[in-house]
Amino acid sequence: MAIEERLRGVFVESLQLDEGAAVENLKYRDIEAWDSVGHMALVAAIEDEFDVQFDTDQVIDMSSFKVAVDMLRGMLDG
Amino acid sequence: MTGLLRELVELTDYHRDRCPPYDRVLRALDVPRGLPGAGLEDLPWLPVRMFKTHELRSIPDSDVFKVLTSSGTTGSGASRIYLDRDAAGAQTKRLGASLRAVLGPKRLPMLLVDTIGIITNRREFSARGAGVLGMATFGRAHTYLLDEHDEPDIAALKDFLAKHGDQPFLIFGFTFLVWQYLYEVAREHSLDLSNGILIHSGGWKKLADRAVDNAEFRARFAADTGLTRIHNYYGMIEQIGTVYLEGPSGDGLYCPDFADVIIRDPLTFEPQPIGEPGVIEVLSTLPRSYPGHALLTEDLGVLHGIDDGDWPGKRFSVLGRLPRAEARGCSDTFTTRGTAA
Repeated sequence: MAIEERLRGVFVESLQLDEGAAVENLKYRDIEAWDSVGHMALVAAIEDEFDVQFDTDQVIDMSSFKVAVDMLRGMLDG
Repeated sequence: MTGLLRELVELTDYHRDRCPPYDRVLRALDVPRGLPGAGLEDLPWLPVRMFKTHELRSIPDSDVFKVLTSSGTTGSGASRIYLDRDAAGAQTKRLGASLRAVLGPKRLPMLLVDTIGIITNRREFSARGAGVLGMATFGRAHTYLLDEHDEPDIAALKDFLAKHGDQPFLIFGFTFLVWQYLYEVAREHSLDLSNGILIHSGGWKKLADRAVDNAEFRARFAADTGLTRIHNYYGMIEQIGTVYLEGPSGDGLYCPDFADVIIRDPLTFEPQPIGEPGVIEVLSTLPRSYPGHALLTEDLGVLHGIDDGDWPGKRFSVLGRLPRAEARGCSDTFTTRGTAA
């Protein structure tokens, strides 16, 4: 499965979005669920799904769905 | 002129241009624009209390992204600190840069000496919650030591140590909670914390009746639990993101490279020499959304030395609150318009 699709699933589940919710343009704090508490849970869920570990800077920089996709591409392809 | 001084001078005019009440204070004091010939000691400071009595912000209302408030335990109003998106992001990044010196770039498994309840109530956020959450970014596999009744969860602690205790791990908490729950529990159960890196803050007042000061705290942790990597820190909501971190040997608190500290005589406000206690003034280039770059605190401190300790720069200690300062609990902040980063 493409990274986007898997990541979409993690976003939907972790942030408790509706099944068909659009996440492609979602940014940190756009919605109530993605606040700083939600961010911690989201990061942990992404790490579990993709079996990766983000550095501190990456956690801070992960400000949108798109940024998260790019980060994962860099880590999984490398 | 040092880079720090130049930035702080520019920041003074920057805030004057954007925060009319701040400009009025400086005009009343006949502070000239551009501060010709000024040194760090000559920068105009605001008493930290002014954030309780005045709405001081350098951003338009429409850009306010988060308001941090710290309320006094005596109920005489709360500081209100206004952040826009940039400021909220910048404070997390600068905090991260400061902590990287002791934690490294990786997020370590993290033991929080607190209860998860402190962050799950998102509407009423305490300073404890804000502190815990701000720090949680720097860890992973977060484990909370206290249960919902604020009782230590020994099984959770043992489980955490079984999983992560043989590698470096991060411990964070408020000083008195760390002593009362982590130290006493670890000693009682002979737990090994030797791979831990403890970051703690909050002051010694609550431990004074147990005759525990910083030296005792460090010595007892080392002797009874093996924990030697201990860093106290000093910071305040009015300069969020700027932390003054204790050096590895415990020889004092150090300024990050974008901040400085001046100890002033409480009567004349002249800078005090090394060894003379006085009121702590904190300088930081971080506040851009409110004029908090030069603040006179209500804390007493003393300078121990300059370029003669664990790290370069000034090293100092916090001695406690100014006798006349109103009592203010450090664990009493909450935020509106979202939660603290």
